[in-house]
Amino acid sequence: MSALWIATIGTSTIAFLLKYSGHSIPERFLSNPKIQRINALIPIALLSALVGVQTISEKSKLIIDHRLAGVGVAIIALFLKAPFPVVVLSAACTSAAIYNWF
Amino acid sequence: MRSPDNGYLRQNRRVSKVASTTVRDSFSVSLTVGAYGVAFGAASVANGFSVLQSCLLSLLTFSGASQFAVVGVMGAGGNPISAVATASLLGVRNGLYGVIMAPRLKVRGIKRIVAAQITIDESTGVALNQESRGADAMRHGFYLTGYGVFIFWNLFTLAGALGAQAMGDIRAWGLDAAVPGAFLGLVWPRLVTHRDRIIAISAVALALALTPILPAGLPIIATAFIAIAVGLRP
Repeated sequence: MSALWIATIGTSTIAFLLKYSGHSIPERFLSNPKIQRINALIPIALLSALVGVQTISEKSKLIIDHRLAGVGVAIIALFLKAPFPVVVLSAACTSAAIYNWF
Repeated sequence: MRSPDNGYLRQNRRVSKVASTTVRDSFSVSLTVGAYGVAFGAASVANGFSVLQSCLLSLLTFSGASQFAVVGVMGAGGNPISAVATASLLGVRNGLYGVIMAPRLKVRGIKRIVAAQITIDESTGVALNQESRGADAMRHGFYLTGYGVFIFWNLFTLAGALGAQAMGDIRAWGLDAAVPGAFLGLVWPRLVTHRDRIIAISAVALALALTPILPAGLPIIATAFIAIAVGLRP
């Protein structure tokens, strides 16, 4: 089996096992209010981290480029209470415009 | 929690309104994120994976960050162990999402296998954003977004892999900013209290500070400790 096949099948197998194990943890572990609070806060932390990493990094380097402008305009759109599709499109259009014209 | 004894008409009106909002949110996320599959298909083939392997990664792994990580590490000359390890570290958060979603979906057997496979950032994010609209809207948001992203992600992966040579620069279309823009749109409504906003800003700062130091994936996972630390406080 080639290295690429090992990577493909290994990644797929572990990815599914991680997802499935999350679904299989007994519900009683979630009855503790502290665990419930942590569960509600974890998506805030991870999604925010994803926004930061996907906006300002490339591999292991921090880079400020057209993407930051796009996300900046998306933040303005969110402050103006724009609906979700407008937020995403404003990010894409701003980023594409800067990337293509500068 | 809403009281279950709302008037029938009032509840019905709410249900139809909920449905259209949930469908709109789910579709927007599905199309935006799914379209990024073009980039994955192209990146995968460019890094030496076959079209079949690229499509299998999207069908079976079905987690964008993990998929980009595995083709990135292999393309950079990494061995399969480190590629799988990096991708798996990025996949841990899907397990955390599973813990959040399981009590709300309450499914077993085949249905649990299907639900597990579509437990990703987007399906969980849209589901949690429907929280104020009730448990049904959360389930609808989860499944609509999960299936929607799955369909678009796999179709676009195939397109990207096949058209890798001919395809232009995805940055010229703004897709590389649309994805963090979509995550931002998902997390924004969750930032209700002062504490929530502090967690979000701290998470961005910590993830960026750790990015040059730790292997890809770990900076994102590390921010879970912020949530744990805040959640453990009385």
